[in-house]
Amino acid sequence: MQRLNQIFTKQSTYVPILAIILGLIVGAIVMWMGGFNPFEAYKAMLVKIFGTTYDFGEAIRQVTPLIFTGLSVAFAFRAGLFNIGAEGQFIMGMTAATWVGINTDLPWFIHLPLAVLAGGLAGAIWSGLAGWLKASRGINEVISTIMLNWIAYYFANFMVRVVMIEKGQNRSQDVLPSASASIDWLSALMDNARVHWGTVIALLCSGIFYYILWKTRQGYELRASGHNADAAFYAGINVKGSIVKAMMISGAFAGLGGAFEILGVFKSMAVMNAQPGYGFDGIAVSLLGGNNPFGIVFGAILFGFLSYGSQGMNFELEVPNEIIRIVIGSVIFFVASHGIVKWFLKPFFKKRREEKKGAA
Amino acid sequence: MDLLAQLINTTLVFSTALILAALGGIFSERSGVVNIGLEGLMIVGAFSAAVFTYFSSEWGFGGGSPWFGLLMAVVCGVVFSLLHAVASISLKANQVIIGVVINILALGATIYLVKSLFDGQGQSENLTGIAFTKWNIPVLSDIPFIGEALFKAYPTTYICYVLVFLSWFVLYRTRFGLRLRAVGEHPGAADTVGISVTKYRYIGVMLSGAFAGLGGAAISLTTTYDFSHTTISGQGFIAIAAIIFGRWHPIGAAGAALFFGFAQALRFQAQLFEWSKAIPNEFLYMLPYVLTLLLLAFAAGKNRAPAAAGEPYDPGKR
Repeated sequence: MQRLNQIFTKQSTYVPILAIILGLIVGAIVMWMGGFNPFEAYKAMLVKIFGTTYDFGEAIRQVTPLIFTGLSVAFAFRAGLFNIGAEGQFIMGMTAATWVGINTDLPWFIHLPLAVLAGGLAGAIWSGLAGWLKASRGINEVISTIMLNWIAYYFANFMVRVVMIEKGQNRSQDVLPSASASIDWLSALMDNARVHWGTVIALLCSGIFYYILWKTRQGYELRASGHNADAAFYAGINVKGSIVKAMMISGAFAGLGGAFEILGVFKSMAVMNAQPGYGFDGIAVSLLGGNNPFGIVFGAILFGFLSYGSQGMNFELEVPNEIIRIVIGSVIFFVASHGIVKWFLKPFFKKRREEKKGAA
Repeated sequence: MDLLAQLINTTLVFSTALILAALGGIFSERSGVVNIGLEGLMIVGAFSAAVFTYFSSEWGFGGGSPWFGLLMAVVCGVVFSLLHAVASISLKANQVIIGVVINILALGATIYLVKSLFDGQGQSENLTGIAFTKWNIPVLSDIPFIGEALFKAYPTTYICYVLVFLSWFVLYRTRFGLRLRAVGEHPGAADTVGISVTKYRYIGVMLSGAFAGLGGAAISLTTTYDFSHTTISGQGFIAIAAIIFGRWHPIGAAGAALFFGFAQALRFQAQLFEWSKAIPNEFLYMLPYVLTLLLLAFAAGKNRAPAAAGEPYDPGKR
């Protein structure tokens, strides 16, 4: 019991939990002001997420790409880089995986891994470009990745519209069944929810993230370069190399996410009207998770479940979907300004201190 | 010749919003607060301008409607930026995180409101006929070439260039500007001589809200004529690029934003030609971004951000 108490009084635990509660309260107030019943709305959200096995599977599908992009942004953060470009790397991953999925005819145990790796590699190259520009030309990665996002977006649309087009449709041809990453038997159990191996790989990736950064020399060098580039340089660490390496690993995560979104979920790539947004949401997820690989999994689950559940609120009560962005934004706001959270908790702590005094 | 004049004219249209937002970002960053939230502040500006212009025209403001919309864009931009200020200055939250929060909240809140105000539609009512039209400056607009290129523009464009000059003047020729920059370079030293770091940072962030709001308004009132979730798609981030490229200087940033506007105008003009049909559309759209990247890679020198940008000020830590 005391252990449990300790876990919950550690700042890194109670701040996010309280921030989530406060965020949900903000969302409730906004809905209430808009004339909606917040309790009904949140109930509709929970029913949408957990109501049927199909919905639960689809909610997990929503979570998966967010784990990938969250890891991507966080990995760069850990090395002192701000990768706004997870979006573009995700798109490049989608494009490369689609191309390999359509154009090579191989047995599945080669085809699927090949398509997945192509996606990861495309993401790594795309972010590596930004890393190289930073290391060799001193260009701030924030700018270069923003530009690369748009270039990737238009390039992908060109590839779909001109090179991989399915005649008469606004999307690419279907990837061959041998490149499918769906878990068919589980899908069948869950009323055809689009569950896929990407979720498993995403969880594995969070382990890999941890292993690289905290259990290898390379990871130490990346973190050192991120903390203090000058100190790392004088310690004999190749800071420029670290930048490129960190960016490439970061981009590989995002690229893998894009690959699984095609191979596991959509099986073809549509002409995009707007950037898919998983990269930008990845920034939010990594912040929610405190740039910690396991925190990110929880952050992605929260973000993914809430945004999937918001469809239920919209369907049942016509609450605009965007309410969930307000909730997520508020949650991150409260996590970041933990001063507020502590202020809310003050009376609670005061009471505890007095109790301790009384006991002594 | 006509073509070149049109090219310049279109450049002015496309770059106005970028310049305005970049000016805002400069004030904030010069005071030591990194503002990734420019995009969100522009969204708020574009939204309030579109909505208030529409409703004030319904209320019978007539020709004054877009001006009222513009004013409200500034007001709402400032109010929204206060969220950034309170969190990142008073509560010492991480400025980059708060910037991201501003972006998420701005898009969420504005689209939520649009759907509530316009019966579930994803965009506000069209403003054609209500929003700004181009002004022809008398006499000057009759000059061949130059008149066509420079003196037939939207009022927001003229406002923007006045503000570029004013920003430069305020930052480099007034006591206020010196203090603002001091707070961004070395808050400890500024504090020692009695300058309130908190006050100047609040002003810096609020100015960024005002300018970015104006920039967003410039887009919804002169280009898109409505507000939807794609009205502001990345302009705030490009403004940040312009700030860095322009080395945190109003005129430098305006130059960088003009270049980006020019690249967009080039794409726009090229689409009017028959030969451009041979090039897939997507490559034309890519052009501004590729050009900017190339320019950065081969023409940019060393950049140096204000020394204290990104660090919450803690008087106890010297």
